[in-house]
Amino acid sequence: MKDNKKSNILSPGLLAKRKSLSNTGVLLLITVSLFVLLYIISSFLFADSNFTKFTVFFNLFNNKAYLLMLALGLTVVIITGSIDISVGAVTGLISMVIASTLLAHGVSVIWTIPVSLGIGLAFGAVQGFLIAYMEIQPFIVTLAGMFFARGMISVINSNSVPITNKTFLSWSSAKIYIPFLYNVRNNGTHDVAYLTPAAIIAITVLIVLIIVLKKTKFGRSLYAIGGNGQSALLMGINVKKVKFQAHMLCGLLAGIGGILYTLFAPSGNPGNGYGYEIDAISSSVIGGAMLIGGVGLPIGTLFGVLINALIERVVPLLGIVEASWPRIITSAFLFAFIVIQSVFVSTSRKGGLRLQPLKLMKFKRYRRDLKL
Amino acid sequence: MSNLSSGNKSAKPALKPLVKSVLSSRLTFPLAVLLIVVVQNIITTPTFFHISITNGLISGYIPNILDEASRLVIVTLGMTLVIAATGGVDISVGPIMAIAASFCGLLLNGTEYRTDIFHSPLILALLVGVIGGALCGAFNGFLVSGLKIQPMIATLILYMAGRSIAKQITHGQTIYLMNPVYKWLGVQIPGVPIRTTIIISTVMVILVVLLVKLTSLGLYVQSVGINGSSARLVGLNSRAIIFMAFVICGILAAVAGLVESSNVGSVNSGELGSGIEMDAILAVALGGNMLGGGKFSIAGSVIGAYIIQAIKTTLYAMNVRADQLNVFKALIIIVIIVASSNVFKEKLKKVTHKVFSKNMSVGG
Repeated sequence: MKDNKKSNILSPGLLAKRKSLSNTGVLLLITVSLFVLLYIISSFLFADSNFTKFTVFFNLFNNKAYLLMLALGLTVVIITGSIDISVGAVTGLISMVIASTLLAHGVSVIWTIPVSLGIGLAFGAVQGFLIAYMEIQPFIVTLAGMFFARGMISVINSNSVPITNKTFLSWSSAKIYIPFLYNVRNNGTHDVAYLTPAAIIAITVLIVLIIVLKKTKFGRSLYAIGGNGQSALLMGINVKKVKFQAHMLCGLLAGIGGILYTLFAPSGNPGNGYGYEIDAISSSVIGGAMLIGGVGLPIGTLFGVLINALIERVVPLLGIVEASWPRIITSAFLFAFIVIQSVFVSTSRKGGLRLQPLKLMKFKRYRRDLKL
Repeated sequence: MSNLSSGNKSAKPALKPLVKSVLSSRLTFPLAVLLIVVVQNIITTPTFFHISITNGLISGYIPNILDEASRLVIVTLGMTLVIAATGGVDISVGPIMAIAASFCGLLLNGTEYRTDIFHSPLILALLVGVIGGALCGAFNGFLVSGLKIQPMIATLILYMAGRSIAKQITHGQTIYLMNPVYKWLGVQIPGVPIRTTIIISTVMVILVVLLVKLTSLGLYVQSVGINGSSARLVGLNSRAIIFMAFVICGILAAVAGLVESSNVGSVNSGELGSGIEMDAILAVALGGNMLGGGKFSIAGSVIGAYIIQAIKTTLYAMNVRADQLNVFKALIIIVIIVASSNVFKEKLKKVTHKVFSKNMSVGG
């Protein structure tokens, strides 16, 4: 009975009416068009580096599958108005755990999967408990989580550990070719586009997450507590539980991200995953998530990650040898995105559009505005 | 216990509010933690309070901690103001340190990467370094106050680019400043037995406390942090105040960067002050300040910074490796933060109340 009432307030029909006005939509549009623009410009500028080929486009997915996982996890917690800066270190920890268990203990490869997911979930659970139920600032909790994971990497092994397990390496180098998507090379052979298993897992998770955030009660509760925790509480949403679950989900995604990263770069290295939390946050933000909470879409995050991958590919083509320039250029891009977002949001706010985080309690007023 | 309370019946009314105010004070908890760390040190290292004079410098465990913590203390001062005013964090202080030191190093060394000749006056170089830090702070402040970007995202830009920019300033190489005069700033001025780092950090603390207490800046920062829009309605220029907080944070980070580069005698843009932003945020939180903005205590933050350094020194003394230090640091932080959280305090209060009422009923 009670549940029926709750889902009524959060019913998709009412949300759909609000959606045409929402902040998220505008930000998503900006991100997607910027990605397309960037891709077209770079394919014209660097005509000889194959940007028009399918393989290059699909490699963006292949190279950044793990980052997509981390960024999706961050999108989920950012939507609730929280943050998790431990994901990069957790990724590094998982790659080290996988490498050292495969090397030292000779366990079956299949066991590395539950272990990795377990590590991710454990981090998510502990951090989520401290954030949701003990009401400690997320930044500090996950900062401690980051320190802990980074330290644990060194405790396990402070040297580089190679992965020589054949099964794992075969997973890592597997290519799943996509029929019909190919370009003909100069010598007549076909250059068929392919996805790695990691990329396929990442895309599957993305699709699942899109559905979860859009269609389920849990997904809509995330937006509700991020938009306005007080009114979410008044609506009968168990704010603490949802926040806890969000962090669990982020931890799980970090666990998957750790496995995908190890598949991408099969070795355990103390420096693995260093700074990936920053990449993930910036991808999330470029994708339209706002740290104040209540705003963000998984599909936007995908484009944030793709932009990140594209920049990484384009910057070396600019002919800059100095190693420190790519970071400057990447952050210049981030700067540009943030400014564009900020300008768009503020101008459309002035123009009368209600570009605020979802405020579900006020939907009646929005409906009236729509009719006017 | 009962003897004491019954014996001091006349002193009780005066004592009670005092005890209550001590217990409810924000500073009590950080101080207690610092005390625990110190007591632990006394037990494990008997030479903890031992102070000797070597090479004309006061040295020992405590001066060592004060010296090592000095950069963190200076950075933490600025971080406190930013957190109080915006409710967000400035994660670019480490890179700002590197940028400031790079500017200074560039002016002093010219194009040479290792020299003991100053190519320009020291004062000018230091000033340029500080101005560089202030400009970085102004950039952050403009993004946050002008463009309304969340502080963490705004400072993320300099966090990502700052060290690369610093590297470009120093022609992509580590530069070494060999002139002994430059060492005055970060090691020792000849004839003064106290390390300059300790003196500078103390001076900075005093300056910031004076700035906060003597001017209305502290009050303004607090009111903007508690509620920006109502502060604006009262007539405060909240944008200018947030901007100022970031500029001050940048200047203080620059000072810390100059001290650090003088202390190590070189400018290594990749290493200088790396990871200090996280420690500074932790110090603010350990000092009992809310990371959500509003009320703040400079004293608490300074104590927080000393706690972090004391923990580090203690762990090093217990032969913990530098890269494994983080595990212990994380555990200690979690314990401290959980113990100081409001939820935990309330639960504890309930439990103690239950126990006491049970005892009472049993006794009755």
